[in-house]
Amino acid sequence: MPMPITLKLYAFLSDYLPAEARRSNAVVLDVPDQTTVAALIATWALPPRLVHLVLLNGEFIPPQARAERALIAGDVLAIWPPIAGG
Amino acid sequence: MAWTRKILRINLTQGSCSSEALNMEWAAQYLGQRGLASKYLVSEIDPKVDPLSPENKIIYATGPLTGTMASTGGRYSVVTKGPLTGVIACSNSGGFFGAELKFAGWDMIIVEGRSPTPVYLHIENDLAELLPADDLWGSTVWSTEATLKKRHQDPLLRVSSIGRAGENQVLFAAIVNDLHRAAGRSGVGAVMGSKNLKAIAVRGTRGVGNIADAKAFMAAATAGKKVLAENAVTGQGLPTYGTQVLMNVINEMGALPTRNHRDVEFEGARKISAEAMHEKRATDGRAHLVANQACFGCTIACGRISRIDETHFSVETKPEYWGASGGLEYEAAWALGSANGVDDLEALQFANLLCNEDGMDPISFGATVGAVMELYDLGILSKEEIGLEVPFGSAEALCKLAEMTARGEGFGKILGQGSKRLCAKYGKPELSMTVKGQEFPAYDGRALQGMGLAYATSNRGACHLRGYMVSSEVFGIPVKTDPRETTGKPEMLKAFQDATAVVDSSGLCVFTTFAWTMNDIQPQIQAACEGDWSQDALLQMGERIWNLERDFNLAAGITGKDDTLPPRLLNEPCKTGGSKGMVAEIGKMLPEYYSLRGWTPEGVPTAATRSRLGL
Repeated sequence: MPMPITLKLYAFLSDYLPAEARRSNAVVLDVPDQTTVAALIATWALPPRLVHLVLLNGEFIPPQARAERALIAGDVLAIWPPIAGG
Repeated sequence: MAWTRKILRINLTQGSCSSEALNMEWAAQYLGQRGLASKYLVSEIDPKVDPLSPENKIIYATGPLTGTMASTGGRYSVVTKGPLTGVIACSNSGGFFGAELKFAGWDMIIVEGRSPTPVYLHIENDLAELLPADDLWGSTVWSTEATLKKRHQDPLLRVSSIGRAGENQVLFAAIVNDLHRAAGRSGVGAVMGSKNLKAIAVRGTRGVGNIADAKAFMAAATAGKKVLAENAVTGQGLPTYGTQVLMNVINEMGALPTRNHRDVEFEGARKISAEAMHEKRATDGRAHLVANQACFGCTIACGRISRIDETHFSVETKPEYWGASGGLEYEAAWALGSANGVDDLEALQFANLLCNEDGMDPISFGATVGAVMELYDLGILSKEEIGLEVPFGSAEALCKLAEMTARGEGFGKILGQGSKRLCAKYGKPELSMTVKGQEFPAYDGRALQGMGLAYATSNRGACHLRGYMVSSEVFGIPVKTDPRETTGKPEMLKAFQDATAVVDSSGLCVFTTFAWTMNDIQPQIQAACEGDWSQDALLQMGERIWNLERDFNLAAGITGKDDTLPPRLLNEPCKTGGSKGMVAEIGKMLPEYYSLRGWTPEGVPTAATRSRLGL
């Protein structure tokens, strides 16, 4: 059963969004049940060096957990390249 | 040695300028800039002095690497007793002024007394003179800089000055150099204003040539630049997006204080973010962001130069603001925006321009507007009292209040006293989002537990730059820690605080530490400066500085009870997002922090700690 989730890509990763989604940095997707965080990242062919900060509903998902963590309907997955500020 | 070994002492009461030797014994213990200036300040003033009295002093200090070829080596600090906080104030600025002061041959300027009439200090290498500033009094920072360059017929003159906010004793008045770089926090500009000192204008032509081991220094500085260039954050992220890239990150985590910390997510965050600054506007087809900009010697170049929308209501009849100018940086965008629920990027830029033009800290100004809007929302403040309607989210109110505060008009005089005094005046002290009288920056202390402890223990009141736990809790630098976790945070914070004190005393920018470790910084200091500057010695110096500042603050009247957060952060859980349900767990961390510091359970350094650190 496909389920809706929201994918948000920021900073340099904005370029990987469809043009119409870049002004919101977000796109709503239907993904297959049991899709993991890592699988979704792979589907979008995001360069590994740009996949740094991965937040699922605001919670950081460490690299080693991304292949196990399955998405559920309504999830918001937000990804940034290496960034900092202050 | 990279010190010039010379101090310029200015007595404004007597109208005198004199040169004296730098205390090299102290330099060996405190390096320069923040540490060394703090040592001079605590040795020369009564901690209980009224910050706005002639008995307070204000020190402008470079570090040994200021003006050298080290990347970011252009920093200077302003150290005084802060009028906003009543504790030690140390505000750090970039731009070009600090390097120019060093080129003129001075490690620091100590200013004491009060001039009977407005003056400015003009320095040209060895020459230092106090000149009348009656005609400059009442003018802005930008106007003052332009006038002085013309008067001295020198476009390369570097000027550090106050605007009308500093003259009017706005308690969060800043000192601004190079038009939009500021020693921004704690009200150092009000101290300058209290002394009738409008500006310092400096021209130096000597460079910095007295490096202890020039060959080793060149090698270390070059290696350091390579690390910065090859690091994804300092080589790509910060130059392209600046600090403003954090707006969406912090919001997504549920850590973005919104509407005076009532909320932790802002529905308008995307509209005021770095990504929005890159997009072409519908009105004129131009992007808000024009370019990035570097301070002296910096190879990161995180600064933002933007152009406001000429058709925006704030400037449509004010063409003087249409040109490219500084902003927006993250902390300012948050304080002017999210803290008040304002999602109008152009309005934020206008308010930011006014803060730069008239010398105000946009963090404290914006956060105080947030308190005003909450008091208005609660019906405690009325339209009649303020002079306008100020609902949360009103861009018009934000812009008008910025003008009123900068110019000392009407309710702006009350707003200019900061959130703590304003909330107390209207019977709601608990609504002031401050620590030790200083307003929070852009991270919620409930969502980021380590940052909450950093706020509570900062020696200059709520501040992100004394121990930037965000680096670990959000970015994963140097290691990723869980922002919800309290275990291990006291130890990490102490390490951050001590290391930051080292960087702040060197002349370097703390942003280098997103890429550099002490392995990169120490060789540059060691090569530039005579003496033992091993990593152990440096980190012990950082600890010494922290305790020196703490001792001053205790003598000024604070106690361990001041190491806390507003009741809202301690008792009202975050309502939404990744931090939902969380409060700041200071009580779990503070005893361990005191113990690690070698302090009593009341937060006082023990005799053994003082002895170990040579205090």
